[in-house]
Amino acid sequence: MLVRRTGPSDSLTLEGRVLAPGQGVDEALRITVSDGIITAIEPGGVDGLVLAPAFVDPHVHLRTPGREDEETIASGTAAAAAGGYCAILAMPNTEPVVDSAAVLGALVERARDEAVVPTGFMAAISKGQLGDELTEMAELAEAGAAAFTDDGRPVESAGLMRRALQYSGVTDRRIALHCEEPSLSRGGHVHEGVISAELGIGPYPSTAESIMVERDLSLARAEERPIHLMHLSARESVSALEQANEAGVAATGEVTPHHLVLTDEAVRALDTNTKMNPPLRAAGDREALRDALRRGAITCIATDHAPHARHEKDAPFEEAPFGVTGLETAFAALHTHLVLPGLLSLETLLERMSAGPARAFGLAEPRIEIGARANLVALDLEAEWTVTEDGFRSLSANSWLIGETLRGRVVKTVADGRLVFEHA
Amino acid sequence: MAELRLPAPPRRHLLSIADLDRSDVERVLDTAASIAASIDREVKKLPTLRGRTVVNLFYESSTRTLSSFELAAKRLSADTMSLRSSGSSVDKGESLKDTALTLAAYEPDVIVVRHPSIGAPQFVAGLTDAHVVNAGDGKHQHPTQALLDLYAMRGAFGRLEGLHVAIVGDVLHSRVARSLLQALAVVGARATVVGPPTLVPRAIESLGCEVSYDIAAIRAADVVYVLRMQRERMGEAFVPSLREYTALYGITPQRVRDGQVVMHPGPMNRGVEIDPRVADSPGAIITDQVRAGLVVRMAVLYDVLTVAPVAAAVEAGIA
Repeated sequence: MLVRRTGPSDSLTLEGRVLAPGQGVDEALRITVSDGIITAIEPGGVDGLVLAPAFVDPHVHLRTPGREDEETIASGTAAAAAGGYCAILAMPNTEPVVDSAAVLGALVERARDEAVVPTGFMAAISKGQLGDELTEMAELAEAGAAAFTDDGRPVESAGLMRRALQYSGVTDRRIALHCEEPSLSRGGHVHEGVISAELGIGPYPSTAESIMVERDLSLARAEERPIHLMHLSARESVSALEQANEAGVAATGEVTPHHLVLTDEAVRALDTNTKMNPPLRAAGDREALRDALRRGAITCIATDHAPHARHEKDAPFEEAPFGVTGLETAFAALHTHLVLPGLLSLETLLERMSAGPARAFGLAEPRIEIGARANLVALDLEAEWTVTEDGFRSLSANSWLIGETLRGRVVKTVADGRLVFEHA
Repeated sequence: MAELRLPAPPRRHLLSIADLDRSDVERVLDTAASIAASIDREVKKLPTLRGRTVVNLFYESSTRTLSSFELAAKRLSADTMSLRSSGSSVDKGESLKDTALTLAAYEPDVIVVRHPSIGAPQFVAGLTDAHVVNAGDGKHQHPTQALLDLYAMRGAFGRLEGLHVAIVGDVLHSRVARSLLQALAVVGARATVVGPPTLVPRAIESLGCEVSYDIAAIRAADVVYVLRMQRERMGEAFVPSLREYTALYGITPQRVRDGQVVMHPGPMNRGVEIDPRVADSPGAIITDQVRAGLVVRMAVLYDVLTVAPVAAAVEAGIA
């Protein structure tokens, strides 16, 4: 399901505090990687770094094909490497949409040459993401589709959603859902609440998300099929997910760094880098998301890395497109805003950025063990750095963190046995 | 001549009522009052802004606001020009950014911006060296309307503190209502919002007002401020029909009590949100609002152009 670049593997030695929460490891060790495989794990000296299983991002927009001015496979995966990721999943809402084996095949070919980290390409649920007809899921899965989603828009028709769940049984791929009821979100740019009332910006109520979450969970339950809920933002959605899980539905959920850190108060300055879909919500929603992440009701952190050209974000708030970048800042932002203040343990953060997303999509969990291909991230938790517009490997700089000083830095990333990033 | 490098004087804008404190509001209203007095006494035109350039950049159709700003600039002897766009900047193909940069090349002193998108005036302020006055952005703010409304209320009652204003109608889509609610809070007046639940935004109480869905709530108010009911809202099912809206919330003579002042930002839909008998009654001060619009906009242009920059210029020794 993941496309790997062709070429040789690396050999290297890493030392530090090895923190692999899923494996119950937390000790100073030396890890030897030979030809991409972990060959030795021995007691070793600590040089101040934390070594952890590298991250997996289940929600990235690579904008290829169609908007290579915003991101390419090469630039987006280089950004992922700089963010500590050893695998990413790319969204199919490109131009053209990834809804045929031909489009997907071309991407896979390019990724073999360009992908700095292993990349999975999701394919659309419906042809053209128009919500009318199913894509040829079996053929797409055969051609390498990592999962199916119409991300960017909802599957509006409950009937088609049901068919998609039923038919996806012919593959072992997940269905990932962008939950939004268009008749409730239409004209909406910010969370419905104090900020939308005061500023007069079109409201996008929590119910626009939670109604679709509830619908899709009901369908998943009836069809006994697993689903993955993308970029959850509202507390009502979180409680619906938990109730469904208790009732035995195999549903997973993801949350973004921006929804975990910011609230709709951030929109007051009308910075278009605080505009995303779903919108930043109220403090109570943010608390519910943090709590769900702590307890494991939400098991994945996803960046929803959404590059946009400067000239498109450089517009009045309501005219600007939705979305922000996140690959290169996710760990540092969450370490700074959640771990350091004591709101989330480092272990939980590392687990939700790595094993959690891998499990949700049936990918191999990055593990630190002898014989495994090396997928490691080295982190300097003390390093402070300031996010600047010209400091990104991504071709786009629409980050909500520009100008902010963060603590915690990715120093090295080993993905699929290759050293793909090293902080200069 | 050697290039003279001076620290840039602080630029002043009028982007939102939220940026003003009580002394700012009172200063503008007092300036407007003295302008009104001098216009009445002497000639209509004052030399105050001679040599200054005021550009009106209007991305929405507007008769009264645009003509009021044009006349205000002319009465202060400023050079003025107006750029109108029938549709949005996107329809025209040129982005607001490029239009703003083009205008900025002419080095105007003030750019007055009306735009269908929230934050457009702030966006222009970030791109140019001009003082920017917001003449209405999306459903966000219309600060000069709020100031002229305060001016008209002060004229009618001799005070603002403690006044009770009922704002009736489509608050959800109204930048006038948002600005006025904030302005009333700044000067210590009380506000009640009255309208159908679909047109009163959730959480509007955070602007310091009370909310009622019952038209009877206007009886306790000193001022009944009637918002325009936009016909296009019918298609979006905010209310079932104009007829039902008028029956429930129309301001009729029976619903207004003696001594109450009635205001409307215009343009009015007579027979919809306001009964013609009320609009033409002695209690209605709608034409006073239009007159107030002129002197208040003169005061605003004067205020953004003179107060801080002149002080800075004097310190820098170039005034």
